[in-house]
Amino acid sequence: MAYQADRSQYPSRRPDGSLDIDLSSGKYLKLWQGPQHPGITGNMSVELTVCGDEVVEGKTHVGYLHRGFEKLMERRTFIQCFPIVCRICVPEPDFNEYCYAAAVEELAGLEVPERADWIRTLILEMGRINSYLMYLGGQAGALGQGVIGQWTTYVRDLMLDRFEELSGARIYHMFIMPGGVRDGLPDGFDQRMEETLREIESTLADVKDVMFNNAVFKKRTVGLGYIDPAIVDQYGVTGPTARAAGVAKDVRRDQPYLVYPQLDFEPVVGQDSDVFTRADVRRRDLLMSVDLIRQILARIPRSGAVMAPLPNVLHWKIPFGETYIRGECSRGEYGYYLVTDGSGYPRRVNVRGPSYTHAMALLERLIVNCNISDVAALMVSLHTYPPEIER
Amino acid sequence: MKQELEKRWVKGPDGVDFEVEPLRDYYCEAPPTVMPAAYSKIIEGLFNWARAESLWILGFGTGCGAIEMRPLMTPRFDAYRYGIQWRPTPRQSNLFVISGYLSVKTLKRVIRSYEQMPNPKYVVGLGSCTINGGMYFDSYNTITRLDEYLPVDVYITGCMPRPEALLAGFEELKRIIRAGKGEGANQYAERFDWYKANQKRVIHDWDMPDYNW
Amino acid sequence: MTMQPLYQALKAGFPIGELTEQRPDLAFITVPREQLRGLLLHLRDQEGFTHLVLLTAVDWIEEDRFQLTYLLHDRKGARDIGLRVMLPRQAVIEGAPMESIHDLWPTAATYQRELREMFGIDFPDSPGVNEDFILEGWREIPPYRRDFDTLKYSNETFAPRPGRESQDPAQYMKAQLYPDGA
Repeated sequence: MAYQADRSQYPSRRPDGSLDIDLSSGKYLKLWQGPQHPGITGNMSVELTVCGDEVVEGKTHVGYLHRGFEKLMERRTFIQCFPIVCRICVPEPDFNEYCYAAAVEELAGLEVPERADWIRTLILEMGRINSYLMYLGGQAGALGQGVIGQWTTYVRDLMLDRFEELSGARIYHMFIMPGGVRDGLPDGFDQRMEETLREIESTLADVKDVMFNNAVFKKRTVGLGYIDPAIVDQYGVTGPTARAAGVAKDVRRDQPYLVYPQLDFEPVVGQDSDVFTRADVRRRDLLMSVDLIRQILARIPRSGAVMAPLPNVLHWKIPFGETYIRGECSRGEYGYYLVTDGSGYPRRVNVRGPSYTHAMALLERLIVNCNISDVAALMVSLHTYPPEIER
Repeated sequence: MKQELEKRWVKGPDGVDFEVEPLRDYYCEAPPTVMPAAYSKIIEGLFNWARAESLWILGFGTGCGAIEMRPLMTPRFDAYRYGIQWRPTPRQSNLFVISGYLSVKTLKRVIRSYEQMPNPKYVVGLGSCTINGGMYFDSYNTITRLDEYLPVDVYITGCMPRPEALLAGFEELKRIIRAGKGEGANQYAERFDWYKANQKRVIHDWDMPDYNW
Repeated sequence: MTMQPLYQALKAGFPIGELTEQRPDLAFITVPREQLRGLLLHLRDQEGFTHLVLLTAVDWIEEDRFQLTYLLHDRKGARDIGLRVMLPRQAVIEGAPMESIHDLWPTAATYQRELREMFGIDFPDSPGVNEDFILEGWREIPPYRRDFDTLKYSNETFAPRPGRESQDPAQYMKAQLYPDGA
C-alpha cells in the first residue's frame, strides 16, 4: 500500500500565493542539499523545507560556478572567444563551440566547407554520447546502483580517447572554430570508432538488463516526477525531458542544421513522462546517436577543405547585427544569442542553456510532495548541469 | 545577515519560549591550534607514512575539474589502488581537491568545509585557474590565487589536467607528507589572522563565525 | 518561407517598428513598450509562438538605451521572432520599473531575476526578483553593464599573482612579426 501523508499538517497558502511556513512550529525542517553533497548534480544546492520526509517547498540556489562568461567575452576579440566558450559546459563542451562558431559565421557571412559540416556533426554526436553515458551513471548512482556508473564511465573513457586522437584533448576539445574545424579525421579513425561503438552497444545491453529491468529501479522511478505535457511549453522544457512527455521536440528534425537533413533518423519519444521514461528515452537516444555516427562515417567526404579562409583574425571586425543559433544538445535546446556592433568584439553574448529552465522553475515545481530520498533521482533525471545556468 | 542567523526568541514544541543566538549557540568559535609532532621521530615517521597511504578526498566538485574525478574512481585509472578514495562528508576526509576556479560564493562554502575537516589536512589546487586565475584572470567573480585563502600543498597545472597528471600530483603529495612537510593545517593555525583577513576582504557578506568546526 | 506575411498581419493590429530579417526563419521587430504584453499574448495564443526561448538585455551605453530581447519560438512553423524593447538607460538605472511577464511564462521569473541582478533592470511584480540569484554580497554596479570594468575590479580585489602579463594580441603579434614597426 502506498504511503499516505497526513495532509492536515501541510501549510496553507497566504493570499499572495506563498506558503505559510512557520519554522518554529516544530512541524517543518529546513534542509540544504548541496553544494557539498553527494546527491546533487554538480555544484548547486536545493533548499528543502520538509514535513516528515516529504518536501513542502524546494528552492534552487545557483551561482557557485559563475565566471561571468558573457562579460568576459565582451572584452575578447572574436577569435579569442573561441577557446573559452567550451568551458561553459563541461560534460558536453562542443555545443558551445558549434553555436558560437555558427553565430559568428552567420553575422560575418562566412561559408563553411561541406566537409567541416560533416565533421562538426560527428563531433556533436560523439559529445552527445559522452553526456548520456554520464547521465546514465548518475541516474543509477542516485538510486544506489554504483556499478552502472563504473561501466558507463569506462566506455565514456573510450569515447574520450577518440576525441583525444581527433583533437588532442580529452575534455575541452576546442576543435570547432569559426570558419570550420581544425583538422580532418586521422588515419584508421573509422575502425577504432567502430570498435568503440560496439563496446558502447554491448555495455548498453548490460545496462538495460541491470538497470532498467531492476525491480528497485522500476519501483522507485515509475511515476516519479511526472511532467504534464501541457506545461512543456510554459516552462520551456526541451530535449529528452520533453520527448519523454510525448512532445516530439527535436531541433535536429524541426529546424535541421549542419548535415542532419541528409541523415536518416526519427526522434525518440516516450509516453509516461516520469523518471523511468526519461532514462529510457535517453538510452534509446544514445543508441540513435551510435547509429547516426555510423551513417556519418559511411558518407563523410574524405578530402577537401575543412576551414573557410578567415580574414586577419587580429583585426577581424563583424558588421552590426544580431542572431540566434540553436542546436539540440543532450539536455535540450542549446542556443547562442550574439549581438555585434561593427567592432572587433562581441557586443553581447547570451547563452541559453536548457538547464536554465529545467533546474529552476521546473525543478521547484516538481520537487513538491516528493520524498527526500527521491530528490536526487528527480534532479538527475532533469539532466541539469549547473555551469550552463549561471555561466 | 541572514534571517535565520539573527538572535531571536523561539517557541519550542513544548510551548516554552527560549532565546536563540545561532552564531554563538550552534558553532564553536575557538580558533584552531597548532598540532605538535609526535614525541619521537620514528613515531612521527610512522604516522606520516600512514597519513600518506590513506588520502581521503572530500567529494566536493568546486569547478570543472570534478569531471576528471569520475574516471579516477573507475577501473581504468583507479586511484583506489593508491589508497585514495572519495568521501561524502568533510568529517571523514583529509584531502581537499579544489577542482578548478573558485567563485566567491563557492569560496565561502569551501572555507567552511575545509575548517570542518579533521587535522592533519591537505589541499591540492587543480588547474591553472587556482594558480593565477588562468582563463578567468579578469573575471569579477573568481579568485586568482588560491594560496591567499587556504594553505596549498600541491598545484597541478593544466586546463584541464589529465587523470595521469592528477595521479602524479597525488604521488607528489604523498612524498611531501612522508617527508613531514605536509604542514598545511598547522600553517593555517599559525597564520590564522592573515588568512581570515584575506578571506574577509573577498567575501563581503561574512555571516558565519571566524572558525566553525 | 519568410516572415513577411506574419509581419503584415501584426502591423495591422499593432504600431510596431521595422522588420529585420536575419534568416528566413528568424526576424527581429522593435516594439513600443506599451504594446509588448498585447503582442506577446497575441503571438502566443494566435500565432503559435508558445515557447519563450530567452529574455535578455543588451546595453547600448552610447545611445543611452537598454534593449530587452524577448525571443519566441513557433515549433510547428519552425520559426523564431525576436521582440526588441528599448528602455531609456538613465531612467532604468534610477529605478524605473518594467512590466513583468511571469504570468505568461513561469520561466520568465528566472530571467527577470537575472536581469535585475546583472543589469539592474527592475521588474517589481516578478516573484522573488530581489533575492540573490548568482552573486552574493555584491557591492558594485551590476556587472553586465558596459561601464563596469571587470579586469580593474579583479586586479583590485583578488591580489593577482605577480609575474603574469597580459597583452593586447594585435599589438603583441605586430611587435613579434614586425619588430621594425613596418
